[in-house]
Amino acid sequence: MTELGLEDRERFEQLVLPHVDAAFNLARWLLRGRMDAEDVAQEALLRACRFFRGFHGGDARAWLLQIVRNTCYTWLEKNRPLELSMEFDEELHLQTCATPETLAIVSDDHKRLTSALEMLPPRFREVLVLRELEGCSYKEIAAITSIPIGTVMSSLSRARRQLYSALTNSSQGARP
Amino acid sequence: MRCDFADSLLQGYFDGELSDRRATEFERHLRHCDHCVAELVDLDLLRDSLQLAQLYEPATASLRRKINAPLRASAPTTTASQLRLWHWLAAAAALLFIAILLGIVGPRLSTDDYQAELAGEIVDAYAHSLQPGPIDGIASNDERVVNGRLVRGAGFAVPVRDFSNEGFALKGGRIDVIEGRSVAVLVYERNGHPINVFIWRTRERDSPPRTGSRQSFQWIDWRKGRMEFCAVSDAHRADLEQLQKLIDPSA
Repeated sequence: MTELGLEDRERFEQLVLPHVDAAFNLARWLLRGRMDAEDVAQEALLRACRFFRGFHGGDARAWLLQIVRNTCYTWLEKNRPLELSMEFDEELHLQTCATPETLAIVSDDHKRLTSALEMLPPRFREVLVLRELEGCSYKEIAAITSIPIGTVMSSLSRARRQLYSALTNSSQGARP
Repeated sequence: MRCDFADSLLQGYFDGELSDRRATEFERHLRHCDHCVAELVDLDLLRDSLQLAQLYEPATASLRRKINAPLRASAPTTTASQLRLWHWLAAAAALLFIAILLGIVGPRLSTDDYQAELAGEIVDAYAHSLQPGPIDGIASNDERVVNGRLVRGAGFAVPVRDFSNEGFALKGGRIDVIEGRSVAVLVYERNGHPINVFIWRTRERDSPPRTGSRQSFQWIDWRKGRMEFCAVSDAHRADLEQLQKLIDPSA
């Protein structure tokens, strides 16, 4: 108990705990469900605590999210391995070309956006969530996901195109 | 027809991640690229939709309760405001976590943070595999069976060999995830102690074995032929070193 010391405890409280929302949000979107996200976020916090001695300053949110992400992938690998190998069929989904009509995304449709986002492969979903919901910079995303910045950029590009395409397709399908 | 800039610069421009010079360059490009202009409009629309839909999901009350479960009994429930109560509970939970974990975790980490964390994850994965309950994997002592399954899962050729004659019986394998990437794991048994050999592809050059211990587990790590190996076990370090020499006789 005395090994970690009061100082480290305070550091953990001040640096890591403010990011519990971010941890849960990432887990929720990677696992596509609140129940699983709760368990995995809890486990990730536990791991963060365990690894905390190895954290020597820097971006605590990115550090925590990296652990959350790893914990999520471990969980997915064990519980839903098929999901990780899921590849987005770009040929199939990108047939439609943006026209003025298809631009009419219904902007307040929470349900439709949720399901469109959840349809993306995890690797694309995570960069979008980190960028658009968490407001991370490319550098932070690269640190969290352990992928090079160039790949962050191209993943974002593909993820956005796929999301956009899924949304415009579904809005077309919904029309009479 | 898509524009070559659409995949890279356009995203960086949209996200405000380009240097001033690159941004000015891209704006010059925008003047005569209708495609990129249209894409920017779409990106804006998409971002607006995402923002308006309020997709961000903060931690649930139930997660907070789970974190704080052991403390609830003594926590005031009616006096403090919800927010202050939560802050207090969160802080207390952190202390509790640390207190519990200190008993488990060794006091020292390697000076190499990256390696330490990597070893930590690998040891965690190993420890997890020891827990009762089903572990998704292949239980077989047939080199070809294990190899076939691992290759499909890991996406690269895994050197699978049974060393029963040398006292390291092949028990099977599985695919695990370390630092977000799939790794192949070979499971051996040595005098009743399971040994996990984690194998993944690397771009780094070959390196001789390095050893360490963590949470009372031993590990040995080396790189050979664009692959990194890390064997972990609660067996003796000498056993791991012996297995390392069997897997990589050239060392």
